[in-house]
Amino acid sequence: MKHHLLSAADLDRTEAELVLSTAEELRSLADRPIKKLPALRGRTVVNLFFEDSTRTRISFEAAAKRLSADVINFSAKGSSLSKGESLKDTALTLEAMGADAVVIRHWASGAPHLLANSGWVRSSVVNAGDGTHEHPTQALLDAFTLWRHLGSLDGRRVAIVGDVLHSRVARSNAILLRTLGAEVTLIAPPTLLPVGVGGWGVETSYDIDAVLPKADAVMMLRVQRERMSREGGGFFPSAREYSRRYGLDSRRMGLLQDHTVVMHPGPMIRGMEITADVADSDRSVIVEQVTNGVAVRMAVLYLLLSGNESGGAE
Amino acid sequence: MSTSTSYLVKGAKLLGGKPTDILIEDGVFAAVVSTSSTTRERGSTTREGTSTTRDGTEVVDAEGWVALPGLVDLHTHLREPGREDAETVETGTQAAALGGFTALHAMANTDPVADTAGVVEQVWRLGREAGHCDVFPVGAVTLGLRGEQLAELGAMADSAARVRVFSDDGKCVSDAVLMRRALEYVKAFGGVVAQHAQEPRLTTDAQMNEGELSGRLGLRGWPAVAEEAIIARDCLLAAHVESRLHVCHVSTAGSVAIIRWAKSEGWNVTAEVCPHHLLLTDELAATYDPVYKVNPPLRSASDIDALRVGLADGTIDAVATDHAPHPHEDKDCEWQSAAFGMLGLETALSVVQEAMVDTGLLDWAGVAERMSFRPAQIGRLSEHGRPIAVGEPANLVLFDPSTSTVVDAMGTASLSRNTPYAGRALPGSVMATFLRGRPTVLDGKLA
Repeated sequence: MKHHLLSAADLDRTEAELVLSTAEELRSLADRPIKKLPALRGRTVVNLFFEDSTRTRISFEAAAKRLSADVINFSAKGSSLSKGESLKDTALTLEAMGADAVVIRHWASGAPHLLANSGWVRSSVVNAGDGTHEHPTQALLDAFTLWRHLGSLDGRRVAIVGDVLHSRVARSNAILLRTLGAEVTLIAPPTLLPVGVGGWGVETSYDIDAVLPKADAVMMLRVQRERMSREGGGFFPSAREYSRRYGLDSRRMGLLQDHTVVMHPGPMIRGMEITADVADSDRSVIVEQVTNGVAVRMAVLYLLLSGNESGGAE
Repeated sequence: MSTSTSYLVKGAKLLGGKPTDILIEDGVFAAVVSTSSTTRERGSTTREGTSTTRDGTEVVDAEGWVALPGLVDLHTHLREPGREDAETVETGTQAAALGGFTALHAMANTDPVADTAGVVEQVWRLGREAGHCDVFPVGAVTLGLRGEQLAELGAMADSAARVRVFSDDGKCVSDAVLMRRALEYVKAFGGVVAQHAQEPRLTTDAQMNEGELSGRLGLRGWPAVAEEAIIARDCLLAAHVESRLHVCHVSTAGSVAIIRWAKSEGWNVTAEVCPHHLLLTDELAATYDPVYKVNPPLRSASDIDALRVGLADGTIDAVATDHAPHPHEDKDCEWQSAAFGMLGLETALSVVQEAMVDTGLLDWAGVAERMSFRPAQIGRLSEHGRPIAVGEPANLVLFDPSTSTVVDAMGTASLSRNTPYAGRALPGSVMATFLRGRPTVLDGKLA
């Protein structure tokens, strides 16, 4: 594996499959009473979060701790409007503290690239979500979840439904699932599909009902209500119309094949993009995604950090 | 430094044509004589650079160099007053001289904004004191660039700075009625409204050219239509009120087509293109390095092709730098947080050589037209953009097109370092610049 994980495109098929198989080994830890390995003892992982995301942060924190790494949580909140300490100064501080890996969540697309390529830090950089760009470990945990349910992803059809325009989850999944052989269809109102999406190598559709019967998995994306207002960009007329045209309810769930699973990266807005009965149904693997998230992040940290230490991994 | 010193420029190719001796005396061209008959004999002698004859005339051996009229920039940000940490009139005009410019138009988005006679006169006076390049302040169209109310355009026109170009550059005069009034009002004193064409609602928080790449990079798109819609509207307005419109930094193929159409209708519309839009594509945004963040953004390769063709056929009248210095910290950060803009003065002529001359699209006479004659006409400058002929003000640049130099960001005369060409080899070097007969640059260095 490379020194950093910035984009799902950093992984070729072999590397992606190595993450998944490593995650499978590590996942078995979750079922043991003592959920800890000494693999990264003495290594320091910094969770550098410029944007709130409790679930992603605790997932990385649990992953690092189960590998016996020391974890430092660094919340550096600030936005483009309220400039706090600069990314550069924060990075230099972390470098001075001797971080081995920096897990960064940032509101600005490309911030992890900047951190990795600026020469400010020598540590491995893991992108934990940057702006509207990518969220590669989310895509890995989604792929891992699909892989556990469906086996090989070759030729499998995955429908990703919702606010693709603003979704880093959709971008990383569109890349990674294709790398693993799946066929991806992005479904959204035309206003929520990016210009140029035709060049992504995926199918697109405005009609969810036409796609669902053939899908092996349906991934619902969070859609923020404020997107419908003028300030939010006016992407759709109302929450009600969005739900009616693109929401996953029990009627639409009836269109699915028996083996088809329903996913959501969270946090869900029940009643908006997904109804409660679907989210809580047998098809839903949403809670399992959370469990798998820890295993996949353990695998990523393990593969990034065990390979670049002079003494090698334990 | 005295203008009484005379200079004999020997063997320079006049507008890229025949080798010519050019005698500069008392601030004007005293003699311009073709030397084609003697060139071959001189070809074997070694170059001695600048030497002095017995009568005190300094001789500049310019064999192989191109002699062009002093360049005129329609679009420079000097940052003074207000952001002297990014650039000052002194350093910005030094950069201009090193780039071969003898005149520049200083944009109005300073702090305070150049929206009163007092501020434009201050900038004009600072330029005179610096003495590296004539500074012609641009006046703001609206008070505080707020786009609400006309600034006192007449007072700025009547001031010592004699403002003729008005622009809210950095912001678009997006209100159609206000734009109409501005176009009408400047007719009283032969002014021109230079529009920064950017429909604001279509470009809220926009970060880069909207296309496949912006979608992949997750950077908010700046669609071509946001530029083209304003240009089309303004061309129609200028025609309707029979006034003069200048379009700043045209960046898209569609804009070129609209301007070509407006000109074919006989309307009084002129346009400029920036060197970076002739050479660099939006693919550079994939680095997330904010040195490539600029407004309007870098566009696609097909836009570059259309801009080059438009510049070659005269649809686009002029090359203008949009020299936009920024302090290091404003570029050493996340793309989204970084300032828009890049340096341009010191590299403009080299970029034009690479994009236009070396590609065969424009000859050096064409470069003189696009970088001196036309911009001076658009700015209504009487002493710049004049032919290299006896009796004319001796504003001259000597350019050696045979060199290739790797750009060093730390080597800029500008206070700022945000050149997008750092580490890249560019052709050609400005060897000397003369402003009214006085060298501002000699041997490629500030005189």
